[in-house]
Amino acid sequence: MPGPDASPVSEQQAGVACREPREGTAVAVRATLKRDLVLMLRRRSEVLNPLVFFALVITLFPIGISPDPALLASIAPGLLWVAALLAALLSLDSLFRSDFEDGSLEQLLLSPQPLPALVLAKVAVHWLLTGLPLALMAPVLGIMLSLPAGSYAVLALSLALGSASLSLIGAIGAALIVGLSRGGVLLSLLVLPLYIPVLIFGAGAVQAAILGAGVAAHLAILGALLAVALMFAPWAIAASLRISING
Amino acid sequence: MSLRLQARKLACERDDRWLFRGLDLDIRAGEIVRVEGPNGSGKTTLLKILSGQLADYHGELFWNEAPMRRSRKAFLANLLYLGHSPGVKAALTPLENLAWYQALAGEPDDAAARLEALASVGLVGFEEVPAGQLSAGQQRRVALARLTLIPRPLWVLDEPFTAIDRDGVVALEARLSAHARQGGCVLVTTHHALAASSALRRIRLGQGGDDAGA
Repeated sequence: MPGPDASPVSEQQAGVACREPREGTAVAVRATLKRDLVLMLRRRSEVLNPLVFFALVITLFPIGISPDPALLASIAPGLLWVAALLAALLSLDSLFRSDFEDGSLEQLLLSPQPLPALVLAKVAVHWLLTGLPLALMAPVLGIMLSLPAGSYAVLALSLALGSASLSLIGAIGAALIVGLSRGGVLLSLLVLPLYIPVLIFGAGAVQAAILGAGVAAHLAILGALLAVALMFAPWAIAASLRISING
Repeated sequence: MSLRLQARKLACERDDRWLFRGLDLDIRAGEIVRVEGPNGSGKTTLLKILSGQLADYHGELFWNEAPMRRSRKAFLANLLYLGHSPGVKAALTPLENLAWYQALAGEPDDAAARLEALASVGLVGFEEVPAGQLSAGQQRRVALARLTLIPRPLWVLDEPFTAIDRDGVVALEARLSAHARQGGCVLVTTHHALAASSALRRIRLGQGGDDAGA
């Protein structure tokens, strides 16, 4: 660190004057997206854990219940959805925790940029590296549960749509418990009731595809749930973070 | 526009105990304000209140004569806060850490400025090493590089000298007084004895009694 004489005083003079808030939300959001993506890709185990959990649970069911294809096919939509939902829930606890522990979270809250936009970037990364991989993996596990052939696309699509809502809703809970040392169970209690509509319509879409009924209505409702979550969750997450930091 | 952070009748209660009561502050450009007091006397809490992080207090805050509630965005655009934890991601390199802070502050993306900021805290050669592999003092220096990287008039620094070596302390002290001389303003807690200067003011937080800004 240079002494006072070494620092370019005239250059700094401009910076020391009082500043007006600047725009630059897009830059900050992009930087947050990039930072979180890089962080998650450097901690691969955190990305892989929910996927491994999902695969393990689905693998155990045919062994534990019955290898009968007809029986498995009838429970497959619900099983796949429940397992994916729990896998997504597992990964939520760490969404804000490491930022909270190393002090980045207070810096995020002190940014002059709108907090809802910044947390939306964090949630988007969570979905990209948890919800989306789960949705892409589900058809493969569907084969193991002898899911009828026509329903794979609907399964992946419903999970992709639904898991985005799950990430958004779950992030509210994760933000509320970030200050607590053992909030895992509390997080489940907080968000599981809110997950139920997503689960009903998600599993319903796959069920409808198997029965040959129209899936559009189910997917439309999943889309509507996502739209509502996108509208309200960022503000709720931001408010929850403020409450947690205050406490 | 001038720079003025005021607090009127500030009081904060924690666990049925007043940390401070009736605290009046008027912090202006060109000042270094050192918050003193024994452990647990509420130094960090006061800094958090003054930097707009805690809403759980009595009294009023003003930024440039306007109530803080209404001028929060303008206030944040002028604030640089360094907390107890350095806010440095262990899995990211110092350069990547600073890039995020630069974008978060609304500064243009400038790799040369980041390198310069790291050089200014003596981290040449560590730019691409994951911060988790750096020592505690070096991580603190990464955080301190933000002082150079992000030009903000109001610095709120909570124990910035933690884990910094002797030469670093001297340089940081010089950095603080240079900032005050240039019209900036520094609010700092430290157990380290700051060299007396005309710009230095002290606020002493005692054991729950009424406090006065000295």
